[in-house]
Amino acid sequence: MRNLLIGGLALAAMTAAPLPAQAEDSVYIQLATYRTGPFAGSGIHIANGMADYLNMLNERDGGINGVKIVVEECETGYNTQKGVECYEQAKAKNTLVFNPYSTGITLQVIPKAAVDKIPILSMAYGLSAAADGNTFPWIFNPPMTYWDGATGVLSHIANELGGLDQLKGKKIGYIFLDAGYGREPIPLLEKMAEEYGFEIVQYPVPVKEMQNQSAQWLNVRRDKPDFMVIWGWGAMNPTAVKEAIKIRYPMDRFIGVWWSGGEDDARAGGQDAKGYKTLNFHAVGADFPAIQDVKRLLVDTGKSQTEADRLGENLYNRGLMNSVLMAEAIRTAQEITGKKVITSEDMRVGLENLNITEARLKEIGLEGFMAPIRTSCEQHSGHHSMYVQQWDGEKWVKLTDWFPPMTDKVKPLLAQAAQDYKTSNAPWPDRAEPCVN
Amino acid sequence: MYYREAGQFKTSYKTDQAILPLREDRIGLMLSLVMAVVVVPLVSNDFVLASIMIPFLILALATIGLNVLTGYAGQLSLGTGAFMGVGAYACYKLTTIFPDVNIIVHILVSGLFAAAVGMIFGLPSLRIKGLYLAVTTLAAQFFLEWCFIRIPWLYNYNASGAIEVPERRGFGDLILTGPAADPLTRYFVVLAIVIVFTLAVKNLVRGRIGRQWMMIRDMDIAAELMGVRPLVAKLSAFAVSSYICGVAGAMFVFFYLGAAEPDAFSITLSFQILFMVILGGLGSLHGSFFGAAFIWCLPIVLRTWLPAIGIDLGAETVFHIAQLVIGALIIFFLIVEPHGLARLWQLAKEKLRVWPFPYG
Repeated sequence: MRNLLIGGLALAAMTAAPLPAQAEDSVYIQLATYRTGPFAGSGIHIANGMADYLNMLNERDGGINGVKIVVEECETGYNTQKGVECYEQAKAKNTLVFNPYSTGITLQVIPKAAVDKIPILSMAYGLSAAADGNTFPWIFNPPMTYWDGATGVLSHIANELGGLDQLKGKKIGYIFLDAGYGREPIPLLEKMAEEYGFEIVQYPVPVKEMQNQSAQWLNVRRDKPDFMVIWGWGAMNPTAVKEAIKIRYPMDRFIGVWWSGGEDDARAGGQDAKGYKTLNFHAVGADFPAIQDVKRLLVDTGKSQTEADRLGENLYNRGLMNSVLMAEAIRTAQEITGKKVITSEDMRVGLENLNITEARLKEIGLEGFMAPIRTSCEQHSGHHSMYVQQWDGEKWVKLTDWFPPMTDKVKPLLAQAAQDYKTSNAPWPDRAEPCVN
Repeated sequence: MYYREAGQFKTSYKTDQAILPLREDRIGLMLSLVMAVVVVPLVSNDFVLASIMIPFLILALATIGLNVLTGYAGQLSLGTGAFMGVGAYACYKLTTIFPDVNIIVHILVSGLFAAAVGMIFGLPSLRIKGLYLAVTTLAAQFFLEWCFIRIPWLYNYNASGAIEVPERRGFGDLILTGPAADPLTRYFVVLAIVIVFTLAVKNLVRGRIGRQWMMIRDMDIAAELMGVRPLVAKLSAFAVSSYICGVAGAMFVFFYLGAAEPDAFSITLSFQILFMVILGGLGSLHGSFFGAAFIWCLPIVLRTWLPAIGIDLGAETVFHIAQLVIGALIIFFLIVEPHGLARLWQLAKEKLRVWPFPYG
């Protein structure tokens, strides 16, 4: 009985103890990551990249303008429930910004963000319609949306064929993770199919069956699509690459979104995967001063979880870019508000006024790392440029030049989708946040 | 010394048939109610309310639902997650079709849909028993999950395939659901529903129907010979169980998650609730609360407080450690007491009765 009492009291004390207070001159950012579960293969590299860049800023410059960034990870396992739990935790600790790193979690927290005043940074994932800053003042998805990505794939295919009119009568297979993420581009693909007269054949892959896609690829073999497009993540990608090789699908006609472009995804197929293409919106490789700083200050001193030979890989750089956006947003917010220690509301203003120019990229040691990025009050995504990379058997090689998405096709659809979201989630609050420039 | 019935005389049938005949038990219940209604809201922050207490209560209710079927009526089911899903999707459809009706009414009505579906999938139980029945309920799980993904009407043709909880007000102008709802409001609504349901189930299981369920569980042929109709008894167990699960599922989405993908009602949830039932104790209502607390709250408490008490580890290591500890504890408790935490509680009470003179 006494033990029980003591145990109960200890538990109660633990639950009731206040959360650690925020130290002076530091800001807190929670990174929702997943180093466990079926998506860990992709998630670990992203997590490393995100944590490393922020920690490097702490080590090298003592934070941003003297304000340290307290970085803490929260394990979601790509599970929506745990993600919401992480969000609640982040809220309790006054995080500046929340990075869900899962479209499912993003959809879940979108309505909460405006109430809790926490900006959501879903970098090139999540709800495409969130690009509309007037409807979604708290959600940011730079540098572009899934719909931009889908038009990018189509315009690349059209380029290969010799013009958009050549798409007519073609059959394009779309294999996707049957979750919020993979379903997101379908409305756009269907619309484009109607417009250009090609056929889109869908091959959904259930989350539980990610590592067993033989049924889908059997259908691919039967349907013989002219091109295959993949919207996969985690263990789904390497499996798809292997299956495509198994049915001898021409790899140079197999194009993935940027999330299907991990080194491990293509490496699973080895030399046979040669020719596999994916979209990308940042450079691959460690040849940047900023990344060398990460190597010198963190990786070589053992302060990072990154293995030295994985530095500069595609998904690692993706995570790094995510943190670059956050760091730049903090800096912008500091400039605009004049405060050193900013709040999450200031962070929103910072994210809304991002302007990362070529010159700025050079300053932070990432010249040519990505296309310049600019956001505004109306435009939270920006429809920035992308390029296509190709697997040469050992590494990713840049195949095309930077090219813009078909903004004219995406914009009206985005506006429509934002409107639909507003009506189906009525009463959706009108934007109350003033536009600060 | 404690829990002694000596000196507590029953002078009427009413007191003899009370839910808690012992004064100590009544005091204990009152204390836990005071704890839940007064102390918890006073001392907890939003995180504890929103991420620990609300889901704990909802899952405890789902556990009670499964306990009716598995613990009291002896029918093993692996479809709990799907039945909860039916409740959630029904509630979503109802509130989008009739937005002006109080959401609590919708939640209570949506349980009826789950009950209907549960009865349909309960039909095989008239012929199939034990593990084989578990397999047919597994079919229900997969079929219903497929429906949630493949029937777009269920999620109003939403592009993301998820159901999103709209804002609903009630009781004056109090925001009950949606992102702007205060965790405290949601907590009280959930608490009220859970208390009412627990009381209702308690009275159900000690009444005629509940005794029929237990007869079917203990020996169905003998029960049949004594005039219990298996059709009525089994299907009513399925109906009541699914109804409660459906209500719990609707609350799970409307008061806790805020939006749900079909994945939220996967087989994992079914297993989670089955474990809560087994660990808490088959055929015990307070065991359902113990089980839910153990499986839901303990991992979160471990994950949150391992770093806070100065053990600084990576997020994923904490996650792994929490899982290891929970796994080890489950094995430990099942070895020490295979009948679950409820039985452990009962043993503790018996020991307290004679304490400090164990042979007295």
